[in-house]
Amino acid sequence: MSETALHETLPVGSPGHKAGGWFGMMTLIVTEASLFLYLLFSYYYLAFWSRSGFVPSPLPKFDLALPDTAILLLSSVTVWWGERGSRKSSRRQMALGLIATIALGAIFVCIQLVEWTQKPFHFNSSTYSALYFTVTGFHMAHVVAGLIILIALLVWDWLGYFDRRRHAPFAIGAIYWHFVDAIWLVVFFTIYVTPYLGVR
Amino acid sequence: MMSVPETDILPRTVDLADDPHLPERLNRIWETAPGLYGWISSVDHKSIGRRYIVTAFVFLLLGGLEALVIRLQLASANQHVVTPEQYDQLFSMHGITMIFLYALPVLSGFSNFLFPLVLGARDMAFPRLNAFSYWVYLAAGLFMYASFLMGAAPDDGWFNYAPNSLPAFSPGPNMDFYALGMIFLGVSTTVGAANFVVTVLRMRAPGMTLARMPILVWGTFSASAGILLAVPAVSLAFFLLWLDRTFGTKFFSSSDAGQPLLWQHLFWIFAHPWVYIIVLPAMGLVSDALPILCRRPIVGYGLVAGATVATMIIGFGVWAHHMFATGLPPIASAYFSAASFIIAIPSAVATFAWIATIWSGRPQFTTAFLYFAGFIVMFVIGGMSGVVTAAAPADLQITDTYFVVAHLHYVLIGINLFGVLGGLYFWFPKMTGRLLGERLGRWNFWVTFIGFNAAFMPMHLTGLMGMPRRVYTYPADPGLNLVNLISTLGSDVLGVGILLFLINVWLTLRRPRTAPANPWNAPTLEWSLPSPPPAYNFAVIPTVASRHPLWEDRMDNRSGRSVLDRGLALDDGKEALATTVLEARPDAVLKMPGDSPWPFALAAMMSVFFSALLSQSWWIGAASIIGLMVCTVIWLWPERRLAQTAEPPNV
Amino acid sequence: MSAPLGLFHPAGPSAQQIAPLLWGLIWLSILVVVLIILALGLALISRGRGRADPLRVVTEESRRGLRWIYGATGASVLVLLVLVGWTWETMASTSSPPAPTAFTVDVSGAQWWWRFTYEPQNGTPGFATANELHIPVGVPVRFRISAEDVIHSFWIPALGGKTDAIPGQVNDAWLEADKPGTYSGQCSEYCGQEHAEMALLVVAEPQASFDAWRSHQTATAAPALGATGETVFVQNCGRCHTVRGTAATGMLGPDLTHLMSRSTIAAGMLSNSRGNLAGWIANPNGIKPGAKMPAVPLSGPQLQAVLTYLSTLT
Repeated sequence: MSETALHETLPVGSPGHKAGGWFGMMTLIVTEASLFLYLLFSYYYLAFWSRSGFVPSPLPKFDLALPDTAILLLSSVTVWWGERGSRKSSRRQMALGLIATIALGAIFVCIQLVEWTQKPFHFNSSTYSALYFTVTGFHMAHVVAGLIILIALLVWDWLGYFDRRRHAPFAIGAIYWHFVDAIWLVVFFTIYVTPYLGVR
Repeated sequence: MMSVPETDILPRTVDLADDPHLPERLNRIWETAPGLYGWISSVDHKSIGRRYIVTAFVFLLLGGLEALVIRLQLASANQHVVTPEQYDQLFSMHGITMIFLYALPVLSGFSNFLFPLVLGARDMAFPRLNAFSYWVYLAAGLFMYASFLMGAAPDDGWFNYAPNSLPAFSPGPNMDFYALGMIFLGVSTTVGAANFVVTVLRMRAPGMTLARMPILVWGTFSASAGILLAVPAVSLAFFLLWLDRTFGTKFFSSSDAGQPLLWQHLFWIFAHPWVYIIVLPAMGLVSDALPILCRRPIVGYGLVAGATVATMIIGFGVWAHHMFATGLPPIASAYFSAASFIIAIPSAVATFAWIATIWSGRPQFTTAFLYFAGFIVMFVIGGMSGVVTAAAPADLQITDTYFVVAHLHYVLIGINLFGVLGGLYFWFPKMTGRLLGERLGRWNFWVTFIGFNAAFMPMHLTGLMGMPRRVYTYPADPGLNLVNLISTLGSDVLGVGILLFLINVWLTLRRPRTAPANPWNAPTLEWSLPSPPPAYNFAVIPTVASRHPLWEDRMDNRSGRSVLDRGLALDDGKEALATTVLEARPDAVLKMPGDSPWPFALAAMMSVFFSALLSQSWWIGAASIIGLMVCTVIWLWPERRLAQTAEPPNV
Repeated sequence: MSAPLGLFHPAGPSAQQIAPLLWGLIWLSILVVVLIILALGLALISRGRGRADPLRVVTEESRRGLRWIYGATGASVLVLLVLVGWTWETMASTSSPPAPTAFTVDVSGAQWWWRFTYEPQNGTPGFATANELHIPVGVPVRFRISAEDVIHSFWIPALGGKTDAIPGQVNDAWLEADKPGTYSGQCSEYCGQEHAEMALLVVAEPQASFDAWRSHQTATAAPALGATGETVFVQNCGRCHTVRGTAATGMLGPDLTHLMSRSTIAAGMLSNSRGNLAGWIANPNGIKPGAKMPAVPLSGPQLQAVLTYLSTLT
């Protein structure tokens, strides 16, 4: 026999983790992850079927990319720390976490732009070069979108919108940032590591 | 009047008999504002659903006109009704219109209208996103059709193979309209899919476990999951094509390391799942409505739900059967051929379930039923011609001939269009408050059915006679002339059939709204509401105990009794109930957004963005991106009224 | 069936091995459709039209219905598995010719005609021709198929399945004709405006007459000894067309060295007659809108001189 009268109380709105927006962000992550899957499929397909060498020499160097990766990983830690602040209603911890993440993210973008200018090829030099800039460019666009999200979160935190009960946007934004980080690891592996493993 | 408590609350359970003013209060809360502002800013899923269907039918007619001109040109050999270039634009736009601007949107319309009603909810999970997905669809469709105004409609087919789509062979803006238009449309498709997925996971009425959902929900849910995984492939393909065309990159040309076949892989990795995406919800409509017209539950509910999901999953593993002639490694051809046979199995399960349902039920031969019976026959014909093409060596003879044209029209028109027309006859009273005329309906069905089969059955033979696809003419030969003429005449009869449908709709809409709540004696939740339902759908949130709430008093008493006249009132502002994913236990009281102009504004801004890219006005493009970001942040700005912000300290 | 591109009269081992699979599947499909229509028809007729109370709902679980679903699905699975096996077996048997291929022809699809280059063989030199292939009866021939611009598809239905011609890629195929005759072919991948008018012909003839044809094709054109037509031709047409033995060495259009040995022109659109040639040369785009051959302005006497010259290119 089903019950119609509720005996347990319900929260109003979606405090905590299971906001509707959280589900929505999951679907966004699924579709964006697929996008990167297809980008990397294109990379591997063109590399495999290229009639002569695909990756031009010199092979990609790690001197900028490796520190850049570390910076991005660190930024995931800072945003995670900031999110812990939301559970304690600590606006200060949230703000510091966001500021650190935004700073690290901005540094990531700058280092990547520097690396772009230092490449011995430009956008249209070859199929590889176009694909290199497209793949890393797509990722960078996602980082920039993430920075905008983080800045919005910072403004909203400053306006006092978040506390231990209601911080769904923070959790959602943080998940997006972790996703962007995880995608970078796969992109980094494909572009920087696989040439040394024979994919060229 | 509206409050956002910071502590958990015990929402009020109300018996409808005790609170007769509840519907009136809810109506004031949920009704869309009148006038133009209301029309632009409405987030009511029922209006959005109807809009999708109407807009999709407009595109159906445009695509149909294109087809009639094509058939006129092909009625006999060596005609000059249109030039070859005009013909190429016509057949390309016919495919693009039907496959992208009609086939999915019409099903999105059904799902939009029905989901909250069949799930026992007040609205979709993301009402503003819902409105946004419609406006973007309309804008993208207009964007692509604007190409006709420039005499530069896409002309490389809907499949748009490279290198023919590259500037060396397609110098005009034709492909740019298509490439940018498809990326634009992809936004609508993706957010719509996300909305359906989250609605299913979160907004079902208490007690509606996954096993109690209508098959339509399984169909749209599977299709939506498919969309999330497949659409990025085609958006990427079109983006890379746009780069090739605009900046001279070499992804798809055969110079440097480019590969024309990369286009085909990316395209078909999307497009093959897409053909299941545009039929699974239609199969769901039939799986729900047909048993009702047979006055019994569907035989094999679990099998049909499982077959729906299985079809979508396997649908991702067969794409290269469109590429058997391209020189695939033999082991790849062997795999894709085998997988293409296997994918017939879930479809066979569904077909047998429908027949078993008719057999063990007591069918009522309404117009909707006729469409569903026709649907079953054409589903099998189309499915079997697909089985013929699954065999790679046989496919090497019949691919790119009219045999495949026959196959694809049997599955697309047979499953999607007939499912939709039957679905409209069935759900029209719920959507508009009027029943479509049955007598005209019968004429409509038979003319459509005969016209369709007269047009497309001969095409199996036309293909076996060797006529290739996408040709603006063919050599004079009495046999070919005859089959083509029959197909042309059949297509004209089919056109008359569609016209009869539209006449039936027009005549019906002029009559008053007298349809009862449940003209078909159906068991699901939408039929417990007036025809059409009020803005708030359910005055009290129903509690569901079986798949057939309105039939429980006549069925076995093994499951509990659903309760429809007593439940949570949720009338403290615009509220809905969120439930847990598996068991559908009440989880949270949601504050729902009201009418909002931001979805329309954002869609308009996106039109500016894509037009800027099309005309290569980079500064306008950059400015519109900034505009898009600003609009998005404003839209997503946390609102106290929606319980998205913490309680202000001085309250 | 007179349809020249039809699949009703396979004339070579590849097409003949595919045919049983193709027609077997078609007959099976017809059978399945008939069975389903019968089942549906019986269900509709025998179930009556609601003589009883219209509100009554059939509620008993249909165990028979479920059993029928399982049974029919099981039968379908068995049939499909057999079809997979039959398909794989046909793939294996058509993947290589019954005997080693005798020689190779390079096929290159262009908008909107076919370039055929016969590779050198046994000391005889290679040569180029267009739109019309000759092969010896009963002998498998290897084709290396590619394209010069967009994707085309090489298809002679009576002899075998399609092979796409993709720029930047070479696809291998083999074909053999077992009966003498002329077999029609057609481009079967949409390749632009005149995709519909990109036919090809395959003439299968006994070995001796093929050898004669081949050795004739390798010959250069007979010298025209200063006739006006040759001069006009070389000046106006030589940038795109080749006539071996003259100063016309263009590669953009078909090799015309033995133009008169071909039965059609414009990739099968017109029969090869003086009148049709005149019309084609004067206005290619009037006959085949979009054709890449420009209308070279020739005066009346110049055109006649060229036509007379071309008629010597047997």
